[in-house]
Amino acid sequence: MKLQISTSLALYSVLEFAASPGHQVSAASIAAKYKVSTHHLAKVLRELVRADVIESTRGVGGGYRFRANAKRLTLFDVIALFEDIGGRPGGSREFGASTDVGRALGVVLAEIDEIAKATFRSITIGTMLKLIARQRSGAGGRTPSSRKRTRRA
Amino acid sequence: MTGPPRAGAELRVRPVEAADLDQVIAIDADITGETKTDYWYELLHRYGTGRSRQRLFLVAEASAEIQGFIIGEVRDWEFGSPPCGWVFGISVRPGARLAGIGTRLFEAICAGFRHAGVDKVRTLIARDNSLVLSFFRSQGMMAAPFIPLEKDPI
Repeated sequence: MKLQISTSLALYSVLEFAASPGHQVSAASIAAKYKVSTHHLAKVLRELVRADVIESTRGVGGGYRFRANAKRLTLFDVIALFEDIGGRPGGSREFGASTDVGRALGVVLAEIDEIAKATFRSITIGTMLKLIARQRSGAGGRTPSSRKRTRRA
Repeated sequence: MTGPPRAGAELRVRPVEAADLDQVIAIDADITGETKTDYWYELLHRYGTGRSRQRLFLVAEASAEIQGFIIGEVRDWEFGSPPCGWVFGISVRPGARLAGIGTRLFEAICAGFRHAGVDKVRTLIARDNSLVLSFFRSQGMMAAPFIPLEKDPI
């Protein structure tokens, strides 16, 4: 599964803000950390402000502050602001969609989408912060490569 | 329907006793909308005896009331997996949630599984049960290397 750039940027930003609750974080610092254009980031942040996920702060040291409830806001909530997960380009107008093969393939792809959506719905920003902390301490979640290493060990 | 536990009331996680079962049944019925009395008595018989280290049926008690429960067991070599602990039931009274009771129950059953000699815990949850999925995710659980399948009709 691949998320659009704006969606990924929104997730990175939300996690940066949520990691420093109550503190202002500048857009410039996020743009620099993830090597993205401030123009593109500004558009993403505007959407997050509109959705009450973050709030902008003015004045010296102005920036943005996390506003949502990290224990309630899920990855799905953020993603859904920017894209329709499982909304395949072209939908039923996709090439071959009306054929037997296309319909059968559609069933399999829909199954994958449902699993992806359930996964994103089940992970809150608070849980992601814990996962990040575990990754940082070296006891983090498994990745395909770490599983391979375990099997070889 | 009972209220939330008294603020500051001590929470105790312990093995279920026969006298707890009416409250366990009530909590489950309140959440699922179904009173499954026979099912719960069968579970008490199979998991509540305390005779096996492999089977755990624990309750959380505060203010002299049952606030929640968790059930699980160690399964050996099922689905091709080395022995691991399976949690197949957890509930906390709606009025007592967000107080860490689910976490205490989960920690207690994990300790029980460790005591039984396993170091991995698994569970299976309906895809649309976001509340319980989120809870287990918050406990650090990740997707297992299994895919559940079904067929309808068989």
